[in-house]
Amino acid sequence: MTLLETEASPAKAGPGADRPPRREWGVANVFSHGFLFLWALLTTLPLLWVTLSSFKDNDEILTDPWGLPGALRFDNWRRAWTEAHIGQYFFNSAVVVAGSLTLTMLFGATAAYVFARYEFRFRQVFYYLFVGGMMFPVFLALVPLFFVVRDAGLLATWRGLILVYAAYSLPFTVFFLTAFFRTLPQTVAEAALIDGCGHFRLFFRVMLPMARPGLISVAIFNFLSQWNQFILPQVLMQGDDSRWVLAQGLSALALSQGYHADYSGLFAGLTIAMLPVLGVYILFQRQIQSGLTAGQLK
Amino acid sequence: MRHGKYPLIITFLVPPLILYGVFVLSPYLQAFQISTTDWLGFSADANSVGLDNFVRLFKDDYIWNALKNNAIMLAVVPVVTIALGLFFATMLNMGGRGGRAGVAGVRGTATYRLVYFFPQVLSVVIIAIIWREIYHPNAGLLNSALKAFGINGPAWLGDPRTAFWCVLAVMVWANVGFYVVLFGAAMQAIPKDIYEAALLDGASRSVTLRRITIPLLWDTVQVAWIYLAIAALDGFILVQQMTDGGPNFSSDVIGLRMYNTAFGTDTRFGYASAIGVVMFFLTLSVAVLALRASRRDRIEFS
Repeated sequence: MTLLETEASPAKAGPGADRPPRREWGVANVFSHGFLFLWALLTTLPLLWVTLSSFKDNDEILTDPWGLPGALRFDNWRRAWTEAHIGQYFFNSAVVVAGSLTLTMLFGATAAYVFARYEFRFRQVFYYLFVGGMMFPVFLALVPLFFVVRDAGLLATWRGLILVYAAYSLPFTVFFLTAFFRTLPQTVAEAALIDGCGHFRLFFRVMLPMARPGLISVAIFNFLSQWNQFILPQVLMQGDDSRWVLAQGLSALALSQGYHADYSGLFAGLTIAMLPVLGVYILFQRQIQSGLTAGQLK
Repeated sequence: MRHGKYPLIITFLVPPLILYGVFVLSPYLQAFQISTTDWLGFSADANSVGLDNFVRLFKDDYIWNALKNNAIMLAVVPVVTIALGLFFATMLNMGGRGGRAGVAGVRGTATYRLVYFFPQVLSVVIIAIIWREIYHPNAGLLNSALKAFGINGPAWLGDPRTAFWCVLAVMVWANVGFYVVLFGAAMQAIPKDIYEAALLDGASRSVTLRRITIPLLWDTVQVAWIYLAIAALDGFILVQQMTDGGPNFSSDVIGLRMYNTAFGTDTRFGYASAIGVVMFFLTLSVAVLALRASRRDRIEFS
C-alpha cells in the first residue's frame, strides 16, 4: 500500500492549468484502482453469470460456461417458478416474513420504548436479558427449540415460524430501538403529558411517528435477515414441502439438480430468488447500508 | 411521567418478554440440562448421564477435526476480512486527491460501495449454491477459465486438499463488503480538521493512515473483530450447503457436527446439546478474548 503523497510535477502544470493542480492518477493510484475494480468484478461477476446462465440451455451451461446464452429462454424461469415450486416458496416466504416482521416491529418497538423511557424495578436486568440474545449464534439453541416448538404443536406451521422469527429478531430490534428512543427529545413527551395525553396515546400518536427513521432502518434490517433465514425453517419446517420458504426450496432444488441435471432450472431459480432482493437493495441502498451497519457501531 | 405508567409498562413489556422467554431464553437454558442426558428425542425417557457426554466429546476425533477447521477460520477470516475491508474503505474514502485536506474518495466511490455490498443482502444459501457452481470441476467458471490458459484445474470442492479453503474464501468474499461500509461510515465520522492539521505538518499518506485513521477507527475494528470471530465459529450453513463437511470431513465445522448429530442420520440430542454447550462457552470466551486483546484507550472526538 504505497499511498504516498506525490505532488504533481510543475512541468505538467503548464498546459493543463485549468485542471486541479493535483493529478488523480499516480502510479500508486492505478495500482489501488486496479484492486478496487478487481473486487468489484469479483462481487458482480458471479451474480451476472448466474443471471445469464438462467437463459441458457443445459448444453450451453455445461460446454461453454463463459459464453452468452443463444436465446432468451424464459422457459427456464417458468419451469423453475412452477415445476420447481419456486413461486410457491416465494409466496410462503412472503406470508411468513409479513407476519413475523409485523410482530417483530410491534413487540420490538413497545419493549424498546419502555426500556428507553420508563423507570421501573429490574429494568436493567430485563434489558440485558433481551440484548444478551444478540451475542450467540442461533444454532446453539436449535435442539431444545425444536422440542419447544414441537410441544407447542407448532412444528411445520407458519404460525410457529412467525413466532420464532420474531423472537430471534427481538434482541437486535430492542437494542437498536432503545438507543433510538433515547435520542428523542424528552420535552415533547412532557408537554403532551401535561396537556392530558395518556401514556398509550403518547406512544402511538407522538413517539412512534417521531421514531420513524429508526423504525424504518431496523425494519429493513429485519426484513433482510428474516427473508434470508435458512436454519430455523430447515429445522422447524421439515417434511411438508408445500410450506417451505424460499431458502429451503432453493437448497432442495440444488440438491435435486444433482439427480435431474436441470442446470438451467437451478440458475433460473437462483435468479428469481436473487433479483428482487438486489432490486430492493439498490432502491433503498442508503437506508439498508446504514441500517445494517449502524447497529454495530453503537 | 409517573401517573398511570404501570398499565403501559405491563402491556408493552410482558408479551415480548413471554415470546422471548419461551423461544429464545428457555431453549438456551434447556440446552444445558439436555446436555447431561443420553436423550435420543422422540421418547420421554432420558437418563441423566452426568458429564459423560463431555468426556466422550473430548475423545471424539471428529469433534477435534471440526474444531481444528474452526480454529483455522478463526485465525484467517477476521484478519483477511478486516485487512481487505480497511484497505478498500481507505481507498474509497480518502484515496482521491481532491477535496478538503486531500480527504476524498476515488472516482466511482458510490458505485463501488453499492456493488461491494451485494453479497450482504443475499441469503447464505444462494451464495453457497452460486459458488458451488463456480467451483464446479467441469462446467464452473473457475476451471473453464483455467482451461483457457491450458491448466487443468483441481476439483476444488471435491478435493479434500482444497475444499475447506474454497469455503473459507467464500466466507471472506461474502463479508468484506459489509466491513467496507462499516469502516467507511466510521471514517466519515473523523473530523476533517485532523487531516488538515496532519497535512500541514507534512505527514505523508501512509503516516496519516497509520497514525490517525486506524487509531481513530480502533473501536470499530474491535467490533468487527468480535463479529467475525463469532461468524468464524459458526459458518456452518455455508459449509453445509457447499460441501456438507466433505469430502471425507475435510471441511467439517463444529456447528455442522452438532447439526448432524441432532438432525442428521442419528438423533443423539443429548450429545448434540453437549456440543452446543461447549460452543456456547467457546463463543463467549472468544468474544471476551477479542475484546481484551484489542482493548486500547478509547479516543473520543467532540
